[in-house]
Order: sequence, then C-alpha cells, then structure tokens
Amino acid sequence: MSAASLHLAVALDGAGWHPAAWRDPAALPKDLFTAAYWAGLVTEAEHGLLDFVTIEDSLALQSTRLEGPDGRVDQVRGRFDAALVASRIAPLTSRIGLVPTITTTHTEPFHVASALATLDYVSGGRAGWRAQVSGRSTEAAHFGRRDIPGLRLESLDDPETVRLIRELFDEAADAVEVVRRLWDSWEDDAVIRDVPTGRFIDRDRLHYIDFEGSRFSVKGPSIVPRPPQGQPLVTALAHARVPYEFAARSADVVYITPHDAEQARAIVEEVRGFGNDVLKIFADLVVYVGEDARERKARLDELDGADHASDAAIFTGTPGELADLILDWRRAGLDGFRLRPAVLPADLGAITRGLVPELQRRGVFRTAYEAATLRGHLGLPRPAGRYAGSR
Amino acid sequence: MKQVILAAHFPGVNNHTVWSDPASGSQIDFAAFAHLARTAERGKFDFFFLADGQRLREQRGRIHDLDVVGRPDALTVLAALAAVTDHLGLAATINATFNEPYEVARKLATLDHLSGGRAGWNIVTSSDAFTGENFRRGGFLDYSQRYERAEEFLRTARELWDSWAEEDLVADPVAGTFAAEGAGAFAHHGAQFDIGGHFTVPRSPQRYPLTIQAGDSEEGREFAASTADAIFSRHSTLEAGQAFYRDIKSRLAGHGRSPDSLKILPGVTFALGDTDAEAQENADHIRRQQVSPQTAILLLEQLWNRDLSSYDADGPLPAIDPDVSEDSIIKGRARMYRDPLKTAAEWRALAEAKRLGIRDLIIEVTGRQSFIGSPARVAEEINEFVQTDAADGFILVPHLTPAGLDGFVDKVVPLLQERGVFRAEYETNTLRGHLGLENDL
Ligand SMILES: Cc1cc2nc3c(=O)[nH]c(=O)nc-3n(C[C@H](O)[C@H](O)[C@H](O)COP(=O)(O)O)c2cc1C
Repeated sequence: MSAASLHLAVALDGAGWHPAAWRDPAALPKDLFTAAYWAGLVTEAEHGLLDFVTIEDSLALQSTRLEGPDGRVDQVRGRFDAALVASRIAPLTSRIGLVPTITTTHTEPFHVASALATLDYVSGGRAGWRAQVSGRSTEAAHFGRRDIPGLRLESLDDPETVRLIRELFDEAADAVEVVRRLWDSWEDDAVIRDVPTGRFIDRDRLHYIDFEGSRFSVKGPSIVPRPPQGQPLVTALAHARVPYEFAARSADVVYITPHDAEQARAIVEEVRGFGNDVLKIFADLVVYVGEDARERKARLDELDGADHASDAAIFTGTPGELADLILDWRRAGLDGFRLRPAVLPADLGAITRGLVPELQRRGVFRTAYEAATLRGHLGLPRPAGRYAGSR
Repeated sequence: MKQVILAAHFPGVNNHTVWSDPASGSQIDFAAFAHLARTAERGKFDFFFLADGQRLREQRGRIHDLDVVGRPDALTVLAALAAVTDHLGLAATINATFNEPYEVARKLATLDHLSGGRAGWNIVTSSDAFTGENFRRGGFLDYSQRYERAEEFLRTARELWDSWAEEDLVADPVAGTFAAEGAGAFAHHGAQFDIGGHFTVPRSPQRYPLTIQAGDSEEGREFAASTADAIFSRHSTLEAGQAFYRDIKSRLAGHGRSPDSLKILPGVTFALGDTDAEAQENADHIRRQQVSPQTAILLLEQLWNRDLSSYDADGPLPAIDPDVSEDSIIKGRARMYRDPLKTAAEWRALAEAKRLGIRDLIIEVTGRQSFIGSPARVAEEINEFVQTDAADGFILVPHLTPAGLDGFVDKVVPLLQERGVFRAEYETNTLRGHLGLENDL
C-alpha cells in the first residue's frame, strides 16, 4: 500500500445524516428537490479529489422505525431516484465516481444492469452501484408482488428473521451475478461494422447469460454494449456476517461500521475470512467537522429531541483530529473511508477544504486525480470479459 | 394556422439507421446523444425521443447482426441530457408489461424534477414471452391483457404523482415542518396492481409527464383516445395520415376531450438536397445503404417467414409462397404484414412489371423516405400535412448518428419559422407547455 493510496468517499443523503440537518442554518432545505443542489454537492466533492460519492435511496419514505412509516413530518421525507440523480450530474463532472444505491429486492436485474451500464457510458467510466436489500414490509407493499414480513429491531435473532435476511442476501447475490454477467455479455470488440458482409456486430461475440435462480431467470444478452469500465464498481454496506459474506462474494468495495480501531480490526479479519483478497474495505463514519462541531451537533440533537444515533461511529472534531482518527483506524487494514456528512453542504465543504488538505499535507492523499475512471481511482484494473474467447 | 410540432427520434436499431456510411458514429457514446439533442434544441424542437426494446432481436433463432445493435437505458440517458439542454422535452419509451408502477412513476417524477418539467413517457405494451425471458415476470401476460395492464399502470402512476399535493413540501425550518401530514400516501386496489403506502417524490413541475402512446390496434387507439397526450403513429402518408387523424380525433368527444388535447405525430424520415433532383439522388443513395444485399434477403424473410438465405439478392423472388403459420421466425419485433399472401402477390407483380431483383424490389417497397426534396419543398409538405390534418406534427427519424438532423435544423426549420408555423424561440419551459397541453390535466 503506497502512502498516498488512502481512499475517500462521501455518502450523500438529503440534507445530511443528522435527522434535523435540514434545520441547520447552513442547510438548503428548499433545494433538496432540485438538480442544482445535487450538482453543487458532487462538484464540491470532485473539487476535493474524492474517489466517489454514494447517493442513498430506498423504495419507501424515510422512517425512524424499521417496521414502517413513523408519521413524522419534522424530518426530511421524500427522495429522488438515486441512479437518475447520478446520471443528471455525470455531464457536469469529469473525474469523480458516481455510486447510486439500488435495491435488489424489488427491481429487475436486467433493468439494473442496463441503467448502470448506461451511467457508465454517460459518465465516461465512473459508474458504481451500492447494492442494497429491502427488508421492510412497506417497500414490498409498494410492489404487491410478494409478502415480506418485515424486519423488527427487537427480533433480529429470531429464526424467521434470520431466514428472511439470508434469503434477501442470497437473492442479492443472484442479482449481482446476473448484472455482472450482463455487463460481460457483449465482448469488447463485438461491434465490427463489416461492410463487405453487411454485419454490424459479430454475433458470436454476444453471449446468452442463461441465469436460472430460485427468484428469477434471465436469458440475456444485455441490450447495452459492454460498459467503458467493463465492470462498473459494485459496493455494499454490511453490518453482520451474512452481508459480509455477500460483500466478499459479490462486491468490489464493502462499507463496514466499526466504532473504534479495535472493532475495525476484528471486522476486517472476519470479512477477509471469506477469502476475497482484492475486496476494498471502507469504514463508514458520520462526521461533524470544524471548531464548532460539538456545539452544532448539540443544537441539532436538541431540535430533533434525541441524541443522534447511527449504525456508524459518529465523529465530532476538527479536520486535524479527523485526519488523526483516519490514520489510526487505517492501520486496522482499512483501504478507505466513506464519510457521511452530518449537515450538507457544510460538513462536505469541511471535508474537501479542511480534511483533504490536511491529509495531503501528511502525504497520504492524492493532490490530483491520476485516473479517469472509478475503477482507476481505486487501482482496480479493467477486467477482461468472462465470455471473451468462449466461442 | 396550426403550429407544427417537431420531435427528434434517436436513430433506431433497424435498417433505417445507416451504419456503413463514413459519417456514421457511435450508437452508444453519450456524445452522440448530446449532439442530437443539442441540435434538436438549436432547432427549437418540442422533444427528443428514445425508443425501447428489452431483448435483442432475433431472426431464425440467431441474434440479428445486420442492423445497429445495442442501446442505452432511456431514462438514464435522458437524465444526463437534462444537464446539457434547457428547454427540449425528453421522452422515453417504457414498457408497461416488464415494469412496475411504483418504480416507473418514481423515475419519471425524478426526471421531471431534474429537467425542470421536460419529461415524457411513450407507454408501450409489447408483452411477448421472448422478451419476458429477461424478466422476473416471464411471459405471463396474455396479448389480450396488454392494454388492461397499460391502462391500469398509467392510472396508478397518476395516483402516485398526485399523492403529494403541491403544498405538501413545506421545508420550513422555523416551524420544524418538512412535509405535510400524510404526504405521499396512496392506495390502489385493482385487478393488475394491488398496492399501497407512500410515494417518495414530491409533486413534479408538470405533475404528469407527457403521455405518448404508440400502439395501432383498436384497443390501442381507444387507450390513446381515453388518456394519452400524443400518439406516435406509423401512418405517415397524406391519405393514411388523414384517415388515422379523423379516426382518432372523432373518438375524443366520447371521452369528454377536445380535439386539441391529443396530438398526432407520425414517425417520418426525410432526404434533403439543394434541388429536388439532388434530394432524390440522395434519397436513392440512402435507400441502397439501408438495404444491403444481406438486409434485402432478411427483409424478404420477414414477409415470407422462411429461411431464404440461399437466394441471390440480385435474383428473382422465390417461387414458393410465404409460410403463413402462426410461428414467426422473427422475435423481438412486431409482425409487420397482416396478409402475407396478398402482399407477396403484389410484390411479385411489381417485380415483374419493373424487372426488379430482390434487393431492388425491397428498396422499392419498404421504407421510402416520407419527405424528399429541397428544404423549401420539404417545409411546404410538412406544413401541408399539418394544415390538412394528416398530422399535428412529426417525430423525425434521421438515418445517421449523430449528425442526421443537422441539415434539417439548419435548412428546413428556418423556412417553417418564416411561414409562422413553427416557434422562433421557446416560449415555455416545460414539455406540456411546448405542446399547449398545460391545462389539460
Ligand atoms: C410508431 C410506433 C413505434 C413504436 N415503438 C416501440 C418501441 O420503441 N418499443 C416497443 O416496445 N414498442 C413499440 N411500439 C409497439 C407499440 O407501442 C405497441 O405496444 C404494440 O404495437 C402492440 O400494440 P398494438 O397491438 O395496439 O399495436 C411502437 C409502435 C408504433 C406504431
């Protein structure tokens, strides 16, 4: 690992990750449903030379309850389709990776593959995917195709729930497998434009994927030629053994949620235990960055009527202190961090204009983009297609 | 005088798109889409249009290789085009069979927001089991149910788009209210969809993206008359256009709608030249490019429904008759001939009379350009079609990517503007606004 190979991403969600972020004086609550808002965030992240942004999504309104809507109207409710937001921003940026969240539970893998391959084309090789499962019964009711009993926080250990989680991630693994096969289903040189024989493609370089699983079967080939990166980046957030296994089997990047360096080391070891040595492991961190970080958090907690709780560790402090923490945790074997700004755009700006220069001074972060694609930023090669030459 | 509506169709995956020409560029790089969309916007077009097909076409059990193959996900490209255009409408073809209303409504509402009210949806109903092999649902939908599902799909989508009232997005930090109580709540209980919960996208600028319909059957026409804003039609000659126009417009009153509330837009092709004679030469040249010897045999097979690969493209038509059994050798594209034996007889008579081989016959009987001539002639004919109610405007299908629309925009559009039948500047910001359909919701 070279000194400068630390990777940094930011996770964009609404007005930021604090539930009352939209009420912060620096927030832009009236702009959340405009293209300009998202363009501003992503261009700022690109200004900070970050590897990529992720964009949160789900097929239901946000809720503080896992079981269903909470009826609260004092927090941000509503969101755009993340993949289209990513695409809308692509022509306005040139280097930064764009990683929308898309669920595998209620979507068609065939459409997901096409959408991400197309995002890779419109961005010139900067597309990624945060593959997510939908465990809420409310999301299932929006589709009416299957019953999902719904996860309950207090009963995550009961056998029914364990079975459901296993099933959702097995299906997610199938979906990623289908999507990856579809991306490879056209060989890179399939378009031949051969005038003498009148052929636009060499059809022997297109392949059926013939996937048959318990939830779906997909014939292929893709309707979209092989995307610029060959395989856009697949990423997943994981908190436990089943999703760790899914990520190790299916993803290029996993986001984990340790609460200290010791936990980070233990999780890295558990994830690596599944035998994927090239998987990049990022830790997620909620960040309030600046001299006034603690006061800002306290003010927002008061507005929300609760202490900010998160699956990820919550950091409050200066850019220098955040750099210290990152370099400390990194020794646990982490490749990078996905920072969740508590308030947008304020904490994003503090990352790009405070943290990044600090990390650059310490010689651990790039001072210019060195690659043009998302895989390139992460040092991942463009893979050969799995069907290449199999004719 | 009626105003002409113009839309730009990105060249499709069929033999009209000429890929063998040195000027033909990528069919998939974003630059090609950006070029065509910017050209259309320079020409003050109403909208940009993308077709759709969810399985690569096959003929005789093999992937079709003679035409352009491969295209992007339509909505994803349109969202990106929203960043490089300001006024142009952005319409995607989306199938009602292989999608679900919650997801499609969300994506279209998102596109409408991200484009400032420029989204359009061509709702199509292809439901073949062949395409179904790429989807969870498989080939479950009977042909007879395709419009039942499409109608309920659209109705459901509109319920979702209405689930946020305009004032439901409050975003008032002082009051501490982000959204109104109950924002996004919906419940739809129908034969095709039984769903309920909350929609995630606040009311979009157009409220309902423009709805376009492209089926031609009796059910398709009724569906359009009952609910669509525009029809993408294949009736592109003057007489057929007028008959179709009369048929559709006469249906509207029965649905309580005014004749102006549904725009009829045939898909058309064109060939230009400085003079009419030069345009005709260009047209002939393009036709030969569109119908290579291999394509000629393939198009003949589409009528004959038989393997004709052993025939010579310069030789005579087959002596054997078309196979009229139900089983089609073509997959992934609608059957094109209703009475193959009759059409074959007509083709034979024509080939005999004009002494045409297979390729020359195919060039003669398929896909002649709709408008051929100098810019002045083409502008005049387009206007005549519109003023004599053969159309309300056109969806232009250029034969070249990406520059196929350049000549039309540079030479024909100014003449339409001079006649006062086409806008010189955009007067509204939304797609519905361009078509004068803002108040017809
Ligand atoms: C001009 C025209 C363009 C069409 N374009 C598409 C298309 O891009 N994708 C598609 O799946 N179907 C397309 N269709 C098919 C129709 O929308 C329709 O679903 C199909 O013809 C079956 O309906 P029908 O029996 O009413 O014609 C098109 C039809 C017409 C007339």
